[in-house]
Amino acid sequence: MQRLRDTLAACKERGEKAMGLFMTSGFPDPESTLPVLRAMDRGGADFIELGMPFSDPLAEGLPIQRASERALRAGTRMQDTLRTAAAFRDESDTPLLLMGYANPIRQYGAAPFCRDARAAGVDGLILADVPLEEQAPFAREAASARLGFVSLIAPNTPDERIRKIDETATAFVYAVSITGLTGSGLGAVERVEAYLRRARGVVRKNPLLVGFGVRNHADAARLSRHADGFIVGSALIEQVEALWDGEPQPAETRYEAIRRFVRALKTGDGAAQEKTR
Amino acid sequence: MEKTRPLPDERGHFGSYGGMFVPETLIPALEEVRAAYDAARRDPDFQRELDAMLGDYAGRPTPLTFCERLTDAIGGPKIYLKREDLCHTGAHKINNTIGQILLARRMGKMRIIAETGAGQHGVATATVCARYGMECIVYMGEEDARRQRLNVLRMQLLGAEVRPVSSGSRTLKDATNEAIRDWVTHVRDTFYIIGSVVGPHPYPMMVRDFHRVIGEESRRQLQEAEGRPAPDAAVACVGGGSNAIGLFYPFLQDPNVALYGVEAAGEGLNGRHAATLTKGSPGILHGAMSYLLQDAEGQVQLAHSISAGLDYPGVGPEHAWLRDAGRVRYVSATDEEALEGVRLLSETEGIIPALETAHAIGWMAKGVRDMARSEVVVANCSGRGDKDMGTIAKHL
Repeated sequence: MQRLRDTLAACKERGEKAMGLFMTSGFPDPESTLPVLRAMDRGGADFIELGMPFSDPLAEGLPIQRASERALRAGTRMQDTLRTAAAFRDESDTPLLLMGYANPIRQYGAAPFCRDARAAGVDGLILADVPLEEQAPFAREAASARLGFVSLIAPNTPDERIRKIDETATAFVYAVSITGLTGSGLGAVERVEAYLRRARGVVRKNPLLVGFGVRNHADAARLSRHADGFIVGSALIEQVEALWDGEPQPAETRYEAIRRFVRALKTGDGAAQEKTR
Repeated sequence: MEKTRPLPDERGHFGSYGGMFVPETLIPALEEVRAAYDAARRDPDFQRELDAMLGDYAGRPTPLTFCERLTDAIGGPKIYLKREDLCHTGAHKINNTIGQILLARRMGKMRIIAETGAGQHGVATATVCARYGMECIVYMGEEDARRQRLNVLRMQLLGAEVRPVSSGSRTLKDATNEAIRDWVTHVRDTFYIIGSVVGPHPYPMMVRDFHRVIGEESRRQLQEAEGRPAPDAAVACVGGGSNAIGLFYPFLQDPNVALYGVEAAGEGLNGRHAATLTKGSPGILHGAMSYLLQDAEGQVQLAHSISAGLDYPGVGPEHAWLRDAGRVRYVSATDEEALEGVRLLSETEGIIPALETAHAIGWMAKGVRDMARSEVVVANCSGRGDKDMGTIAKHL
């Protein structure tokens, strides 16, 4: 949790918008997830969200649905996700969060899950189907394992509720840009901006990051003017899907393409310097 | 069972079940539905409109039919059928869609979405949308659309758009995922008419309330027929559990009424089945904590039943609570026993039941045989079998 807080604070100090990147565990195949995370990291991710695949991901649009199904078909289990997290932690200090749905965690047991995630070097937890009303048992275990707990807000969340959500979140507040699914279009951007300005005025305790429908640097730059950073998932999943399912090419070429895509997201310039470690 | 405070509590919990496990975007929408429903049920005008529609349009009250030849064939207690199959559209589902469409109108929502398995809820939704001139989109798994083709045609004739769902098992579970995704995307102008006592609060409570009329009428009708309001046992099939809770609810506080919910055992309880309460474990799906067919990783498993309406890996949270409380006994009937139930009721009473209903009939053939001849059983004849003739013809 401290690692994530420090990273977000450091971005702010540098006057930079933090970039969070999402990737489904077990996608595009179980062996490639770790090198894909590595490429995202080297391309300049400020933090990474590793998606825990679920059979019924009801907040997801088609790209993440497909990635989730593919990962499950390939036999990805929670242990694999935790192992990938641990392997990533062995080689990088970039904050790592797990993102997914309540049922697999409930089945694992919220307490052992948070303990094992923490032991794997995970910094925080995001649950797409656990609103304020249902979060207590999960947030409690996250807190006692010293995992950050990210809470989501949406464009139709009233101010008073945003305030409560900000009070209970311990990592950052995730502003869902639109009333829609991951990977949807942003629609009228002025409307998204007006909502983010409103949220910015209410969220006091936590950093505010915006995600859903952020596809490129222009989206990211425009929306994160009103936030501390942005999150990209579906657009990156589609990149990886195209790279793996398209023309055969050497693995290194694929990872280089991911690094370039990620750099371009952050800077608008694919040739910018690779993050030095 | 002790008399306790009414369930669910204000956050939609039946004991540890129920709740609102949905993306944040849906929370304001659920709150809006909850507040509108809360106001509507206290409003005499709403009740009058609802009663009028249930009477003049849906055809209530439905009869309580004494089944003399079925009683003789089984050789146990006196069997009455609550004839929801005689409701407009051929099943109990219309009780709920009338209630919800009236609510949607009060809320000014003109775009209606629904999920459907067997197509009965889809048809009942398309019907009330046609009646009130509202836009209607029904999500239906491709596999279900194939085996219930007649209902697809009915929905289309009624002016609904049927959207086939090709993800996952291509049945009710995935149709429900798609309907929820649609709602997240069009949350401001859309009302989601959920077809069973499942989903996030307030749906399990609201759908139950709209179906309570089944049990309440049964009490009055049994009083006339037998001189007492309560039977010795009540039986209903359980998929999501709406017809069962509708029949059971007014008897829950009466410990002398044995309640039996019949789940779909498919090819058998050790094979592919849909017996969630019999073989599942607690878990979270479609916005609520309940029982669930799932693997050790918490991934939802595919259900199987010959009946599309029972082919669902979840079940309503109130049933989960009633199971744990021991108030309702959940039993099961296989595909084969359901087909036997179709044959039995058709041949003894001239009533062709839906395959869903046939699970209750099929189970009763053995399940109530040992009750005394003086005892009385009410079974819910939740739907008629016209829609299933294709499937029935293939198997019988």
